[in-house]
Amino acid sequence: MAVSLYIHIPYCVQKCGYCDFNSYAGSRPDEQEGYVRALLREMERWAGRPELAGQPVPTLFVGGGTPTMLEGRHLAAVIAGARRLFAVAPGAEVTTEANPGTIDFEGDKLKLAYEAGANRISFGVQARQPHLLERLGRIHTPDQVEKAVAAARAAGFSNINLDLMYGLPGQTPAEFRETVDWALGLGPTHISAYSLIVEEGTPFYVDYDAGRLPLPPEEAEEEMFAEGKAMLEAAGFEHYEVSNFARPGHRSRHNQVYWRNEPYLGLGCGAHSFLELAAPLPNLGAPRPRLTASRVQGGAAVETAPGEPGQKYRFWNLKTPTAYRGAVERSDWPVEAGEVIDRPGEMAETMMLGLRLLEGVSEERFLNRFGATLDQVYGPKIEQLIVHNLLERADGHLRLTYRGLRLGNQVWQEFLQD
Amino acid sequence: MIDQKHIRNFCIIAHIDHGKSTLADRLIEFTGVLTQREMQDQILDNMELERERGITIKAQSVRMDYTADDGEHYVLNLIDTPGHVDFTYEVSRALAGCEGALLVVDASQGIEAQTLANVYMALEHNLEIIPVINKIDLPSADPEKVKHEIEEVIGLDTSIAIMASAKSGIGMKEILESVCAFVPPPKGDIRAPLKAMIYDSFYDSYKGVVSYFRIFEGSVKKGDKIRFMASGKEFVVDDLYVFRPGLTPVDELIAGEVGALAAAIREVKHVRVGDTITLAETPAKEALPGYRKATPMVFAGLYPVETNDYSKLRDALEKLQLNDASLQFEPETSEALAFGFRCGFLGLLHMDVIQERLEREFDLDLITTAPNVIYHVNMTNGEEIIIENPAAWPDPTNIASIQEPMVKASIITPSEYVGPLMELCQDRRGTFVNMEYLNEKRVNLHYRLPLAEIMYDFFDQLKTRTRGYASFDYELTGYEDSDMVKMDILLNGESVDALSVIVHREKAERIGRPLVTKLRKLIPRQQFEVPIQAAIGNKIIARENIAALRKDVLAKCYGGDITRKRKLLEKQKEGKKRMKAVGSVEVPQEAFMAILSAEDDDD
Repeated sequence: MAVSLYIHIPYCVQKCGYCDFNSYAGSRPDEQEGYVRALLREMERWAGRPELAGQPVPTLFVGGGTPTMLEGRHLAAVIAGARRLFAVAPGAEVTTEANPGTIDFEGDKLKLAYEAGANRISFGVQARQPHLLERLGRIHTPDQVEKAVAAARAAGFSNINLDLMYGLPGQTPAEFRETVDWALGLGPTHISAYSLIVEEGTPFYVDYDAGRLPLPPEEAEEEMFAEGKAMLEAAGFEHYEVSNFARPGHRSRHNQVYWRNEPYLGLGCGAHSFLELAAPLPNLGAPRPRLTASRVQGGAAVETAPGEPGQKYRFWNLKTPTAYRGAVERSDWPVEAGEVIDRPGEMAETMMLGLRLLEGVSEERFLNRFGATLDQVYGPKIEQLIVHNLLERADGHLRLTYRGLRLGNQVWQEFLQD
Repeated sequence: MIDQKHIRNFCIIAHIDHGKSTLADRLIEFTGVLTQREMQDQILDNMELERERGITIKAQSVRMDYTADDGEHYVLNLIDTPGHVDFTYEVSRALAGCEGALLVVDASQGIEAQTLANVYMALEHNLEIIPVINKIDLPSADPEKVKHEIEEVIGLDTSIAIMASAKSGIGMKEILESVCAFVPPPKGDIRAPLKAMIYDSFYDSYKGVVSYFRIFEGSVKKGDKIRFMASGKEFVVDDLYVFRPGLTPVDELIAGEVGALAAAIREVKHVRVGDTITLAETPAKEALPGYRKATPMVFAGLYPVETNDYSKLRDALEKLQLNDASLQFEPETSEALAFGFRCGFLGLLHMDVIQERLEREFDLDLITTAPNVIYHVNMTNGEEIIIENPAAWPDPTNIASIQEPMVKASIITPSEYVGPLMELCQDRRGTFVNMEYLNEKRVNLHYRLPLAEIMYDFFDQLKTRTRGYASFDYELTGYEDSDMVKMDILLNGESVDALSVIVHREKAERIGRPLVTKLRKLIPRQQFEVPIQAAIGNKIIARENIAALRKDVLAKCYGGDITRKRKLLEKQKEGKKRMKAVGSVEVPQEAFMAILSAEDDDD
């Protein structure tokens, strides 16, 4: 069974005001080196386990944080290591994230990454206007974005994503139009356009709470969404997920693994995995088949109960780089905790994730996977959501309507268990 | 067996916060019933809720042994009483079991409204009153002034007053000596047929109903066959107890003593508070007079959020009623909230306490509708009807006149706040009665007020306008003509019966507008626009719109987010489930109580 890989690089030059990811500002070179060594050790251990040994790896994604905070040789070592240890398929999609402010334009960082096997690059761009970039806490200028994209092309990358944001404090629809226009001019194959979500625990949340975050009015945010979508579609991009657009043939294969609820292994601190375990893993405890997605508490003791075949888990690694490295260096599994995903739980997540895709959930794939039709499991709910004009059926799929696209939470929560 | 003349039954009466519970604790500690290590803070307030709020709701008892300076051994029964006006009924029940009372007055605060109310009640029961000036070790204490106030205002002799500080343990011995010396022993013939008055009871799943009583005549032993005179039911006494303060078994209790008994009574309804217990073999001829039944003054609908919990709610109300006879309830049906109960309470605090106990002790999720008083409506056809529920309000064209309950309020306040308080009372449709000076700085202000007007945040306003210095008490004085109207609330064009309120015609708009605004804030945005209107008959007096939800979507969900985002959505769903679907509108529980705080919410 194919398993995708995610590798987490937790370093950033500085934390952006809206960011709630597992990332840490600043790092010393020896820290990075130690972290990369730990990553390689974790990979080696997983490579020997039945879940991964000999299994094809269709996609690999190096994310963060900021992978390009690493020195070129380290980034290359991570990618090459994964390709050496796992059965990364010849045509696999190998993505690295990158911050335009961390590219050594005279150096060979991107070239090393490309030569190590990366074939897709994803830049955090966010906006064209310096005042917005500053408000967000971004470290780069629009000028650096242009140079970074050029450098990526020069290094060999042709599959390029740009991340954009809208609904930003102080942003006008005109500014977002300008950003989209400019981004299209850089010739990407993929654009992610995220509406700002103010997450708890971020500096933005503090500002928001204190009334110091002048978010655009609802109507303006809606206008940015609608106009951005229209402009991208007019330029030949397909809107294929809530926040994602791609030229034909360039959808992110890796991210579609998540949205189709397929297995993946996360490596590095705080990384999450979704796997069917074939052998025990400490801190997850014995599988509890009748518990529904119950959180299995982590503990220091290594438990030896065998994993029952067919038992699926979501689990995650220790969060901080220090704790993670410590565990790996002691030859412990760096797993912090996890939860069993039973069949109803898996169905619920399949809906919650699949209905993010504009194509929706394939009725046939659902039936093949779970042995029951969508209607058998969710009939009345689906009916109701269709009546409310939030869902529709088309081409053998159940999918969001345009209205549903704006009210996704109202739809997804209906499929979750009580 | 103890000699009757060595029994002392007494209670403590005080205004809230004047140190009643602390004093009780210190006395218990002093007499060695419990060592300090065993003491839970303020052990008499043993309901979780009581400790949290620092109030006493139920009367509790404890038995203490004390050897006085005269060398005699005494049994002292301390019966704790509630301080809040809502629980006046509980107080009177407790007082009926006592011969004496400690009147606790804070040495810096002086007499407060509830002090007066409780003292008058104690005097009615002919109790010997021993003044205790508490907190004398505070820098602001002025015991002489307070003594003077007690003599002037209540007319009590303060020559036996005791200077105390419960917190520091000052004066405990003096208090106990005074109780032995001044509180008369109970009377009652030990050889007469048993007459014991039930003043409280509770249900224990092992012992069945446990009844608390005070014996006025005769005696009772373990194994005796007893009869409840009102119900006629007979049981054999399995166990007899005294309070130490937990239930401690004894073999016999005699006239003058307080105690409890268990007799494998499974049916709650057989044991009625106020009933008389006698012996089946040698019954008393007549029952004791019993208690005046407490009349509920405030009514509200209680509905389970989960419709299936209806019978669970009924069972819970029955259990609570067992030791709270003042709680009344009867089934009620609402179009908006389906099946529930219209419940009668002594007051708002009582309502609050019941609601919280139902939620905590019985794990129920409840919706409470805005409380209202009882209205007497005289119909044009001569009929008089009693309205406990706004939904039952008759067609205005058939109404000849309406009467609402009035109270006589007493507000004790420093004189500089008289102005703001008069303004408040005026605003609440009050009529000034008189004002008396307690001393040069403090006055007792008397007003006639509609009961309905003191239900809505009157107490908070009182505290705010006097920086917490005023105290308040009231008694009901009867019904008066009043121009009341029913105000309906419409959601999405449909009248929601559970949101209807009865208001004074002249105040309708002043209540309707902020109420509608408050509802707009409380009801979350729905998938469509929802108009909210307040109407009197067909006339709309206020209107606002809840805009449709335009956007509710998590922008990102990648591999590391799935568990967290799922939990976020689950939480959102859970929140929705706690709301009530009224027609197609999801209404949160707080909305049904919005009127309680609508008036002061003006932004």
